[in-house]
Amino acid sequence: MTAALPLLDVRNLTVEFATRRGIVTAVEQISIAVAKGETLGIVGESGSGKSVTSYAVMRILDRAGKIANGTVSFSGIDIRGMKEDEVRDLRGREMSMIFQNPRAALNPIRKVGKQIEDVLIRHVQAAPSDAREKAIEILRQVRIARPEERYHAYPFELSGGMCQRIVIALALACRPQLLIADEPTTGLDVTTQKAVMDLVVELTRERGMSTILITHDLGLAATYCDRVVVMEKGKVVETADSAIIFKSPLHPYTQKLMRATPRPNATLRGLLPEGEALPNPIPAPPANDDAAMLLKVENLVKEYPRQGATTSVFSLFKPKAPAADATFRAVDGISFEVRRGESVGLVGESGCGKSTTSMMVMRLLDPTSGRILFNGEDIGGTKAKDFAGLPQRRRIQMVFQDPTDSLNPRFTAVRAIADPLLRMGGLKGGAAIRARCEELARRVGLPVDLLDRFPHQLSGGQKARVGIARAIALDPELVILDEPTAALDVSVQAVVLNLLQDLKVSLGMSYLFVSHDLYVVRMLCDRVIVMKSGRIVEEGPTERVLAAPEAEYTRELLSAIPHPPV
Amino acid sequence: MLRQIGKRLATAIPSLIGVVVVTFLLTRVLPGDTAAYFAGPAATPQAIAEIRAKLGLDRSLPEQFVSYVKDLATGNLGNSLSTGRPVVTEIKARLPASAELTFLGLFLAIAIAVPLGILAAVKQGSIIDHACRMVATAGVSLPVFFTGLLLVYVFYFLLGWAPAPLGRLDAFSSAPPEVTGFYLIDSLLARDLETFRASLAQLAVPAITMAVFSLAPIARMTRASMLAALASEFVRTAKASGLTPTTVIIRYAFRNALLPVVTTLGMVFSFLLGANVLVEKVFAWPGIGSYAIEALIASDFAPVQGFVLTMAIMYVALNLLIDMLYGVIDPRVRMEG
Repeated sequence: MTAALPLLDVRNLTVEFATRRGIVTAVEQISIAVAKGETLGIVGESGSGKSVTSYAVMRILDRAGKIANGTVSFSGIDIRGMKEDEVRDLRGREMSMIFQNPRAALNPIRKVGKQIEDVLIRHVQAAPSDAREKAIEILRQVRIARPEERYHAYPFELSGGMCQRIVIALALACRPQLLIADEPTTGLDVTTQKAVMDLVVELTRERGMSTILITHDLGLAATYCDRVVVMEKGKVVETADSAIIFKSPLHPYTQKLMRATPRPNATLRGLLPEGEALPNPIPAPPANDDAAMLLKVENLVKEYPRQGATTSVFSLFKPKAPAADATFRAVDGISFEVRRGESVGLVGESGCGKSTTSMMVMRLLDPTSGRILFNGEDIGGTKAKDFAGLPQRRRIQMVFQDPTDSLNPRFTAVRAIADPLLRMGGLKGGAAIRARCEELARRVGLPVDLLDRFPHQLSGGQKARVGIARAIALDPELVILDEPTAALDVSVQAVVLNLLQDLKVSLGMSYLFVSHDLYVVRMLCDRVIVMKSGRIVEEGPTERVLAAPEAEYTRELLSAIPHPPV
Repeated sequence: MLRQIGKRLATAIPSLIGVVVVTFLLTRVLPGDTAAYFAGPAATPQAIAEIRAKLGLDRSLPEQFVSYVKDLATGNLGNSLSTGRPVVTEIKARLPASAELTFLGLFLAIAIAVPLGILAAVKQGSIIDHACRMVATAGVSLPVFFTGLLLVYVFYFLLGWAPAPLGRLDAFSSAPPEVTGFYLIDSLLARDLETFRASLAQLAVPAITMAVFSLAPIARMTRASMLAALASEFVRTAKASGLTPTTVIIRYAFRNALLPVVTTLGMVFSFLLGANVLVEKVFAWPGIGSYAIEALIASDFAPVQGFVLTMAIMYVALNLLIDMLYGVIDPRVRMEG
């Protein structure tokens, strides 16, 4: 029995949701305690109930959800038994929350300063007369540059990282005792993630606050938490100090998660759970310098007209664009090559031009200048809309970032896979196409009996497999992978990455792998290209770049990635 | 801001030119011979030909069009053949009558439908939600002439609360001195409370009729966009910050839900203004809709052209107003400008 009363004590909490198919238990009999000043991590994959737990603590479950059993006590007060308006007084003042996707978490049509004022005035931390002053002071505390100006900004005028600072400012405005951070950095760049997390830690430490960090990222939990709770399917499977849990995870699920998390010394096969390991990879023929050139990009440039070149009287607080420079170079004269059978990683933060580059290689965008040579022929000169008519079109395919949104919701899996076959496969007859689709499905490990399902009837990993099957349907020579695993849980990501590697070797394809995750790139790619502001800052064999980065920026990227201490 | 309005107005010019051309052509291809109609059933072919020459209908279409545009440039919409009065004068006299009715009807509809839609969304699945659905369904499925007649029957015939449905004023009052053309405003300006009361009494039942009809789209749209706004992440943030329900619903959810509601309002308004012929007929309202339909039946093309052109201009003005409202409501719209 410890002497100190925990700040938050959740016991035997069960949360149920009423759905069309009856009652679903999202969280079952979980017990979590957070001591004063402690940072607790709740880790789990999607559907583990980690967010629902936090909503239950805040009592902001939506209409269908309800706490069916258990107690939630906050510094000795029973939250579950409180009246709604009493809880409302606690929210924002004693415990507050920051959310994933900060831009959506802010009212899009209200000035951010005003939103902070709303909270301050609600909890009587400020009077209307001095609210503005205090709001600006809070903006300063979360390191917003030029807070007097930013006070008048709308969320859409701020970057993702800046929006998350505003959300943190909202949450900490009334100096609460408990902060719940629900995936606070998902969707932010690694360097922004580090800045945001460091800020949260600094502010909460200095105020002696307790924090619950909800995340799917074990690295993040290991770096920032004192203690970690691992959840699986609505249950707590393991609780331990973060120093211990990553060294010697006890529960099989924790072990599986640990293995699946990309980290400095992992191999692709090593990500898979023990016992489920696939046969060792077919040794890839080493990509030697003599291998034929498949793709050669020379001095590629993409310019866009600068946004807001036409001025608006309203936008007084927009960062002023230099008037002379009416265009913006998203991609600023880059050159690189991809050889046959080679995987090249394209790495950088959002806005660095990596997606624009891949779109131009895929010929979905027209380059402003430069050449794109595919098998020695310039395909950059053909207009994007005419490219579909070229014979090279079937040789280049793409796997998209979001496995759900990149499938037509009204196409079954087999129809989606058959799409490229129908358009340019030259196969005749439904039976031949069906047979080809089944072969492809087996190839990507998709059970053939799932082929007639619609995307919403498939899991994330299954949808990713459909997307991959579609991309390899025409035996392409080059596949562009645009963050293909970014939307997947780590254990699914582990499987998909292995699948991609095996397919590459057995089909002799080349990959252009666009990603922000250097560790994932390391496992899959032979060479890596690091981009920043439309230019290449470093290029070389993956092992060399990661072990001994030459560019300052690459070092910065590497050091910002949180990883479990293994 | 001014430049933006200027830009928007400039984009409206081609559509106005299109409207001028199309209305001209349409009125020319309408069935019925205007000259024969006005010469009367007993007229000789010579008399008809004379009238046709007098009206300029014997000239070629391009010639007729040129003279039409010339007249238009000087603000002359031609004369109505059936009344002999200039179309401009007629429209000037009748447009305020329609507008006053429409504004009041729309105002009533907003006053009922918006709160109803908000409540229905906030208390989704409750009795209010079902009531909202019922009112909306009933309002949109009852034809206006039926609602109008029903209301007249109940309030005038059975209860005797409303005056006879015979135009804008009863026989005992006289029209207030014209300033805006809206009797309610003009009578107040003239400090004539008696006329104000009389015109309000005349307005009430037709305005309610219109309101009942226009309730449905506004209430449904308010409810739908409120539901979307309430499910959004920023409302969750607002709730997690402990803001009061009123603040969350009005300042956070409703203001964000306004855009589609405003769009719907614009559509309902333009529809009510031009297409409420039935209400005007039932209440003997001297409005612009009934004027246009009478002219159409009489093959009297000048008023029809004038009506369509007026409506087109009103529609352009309305859209401009809505675009500006968007800018007021949503800062993101201003940026795109």
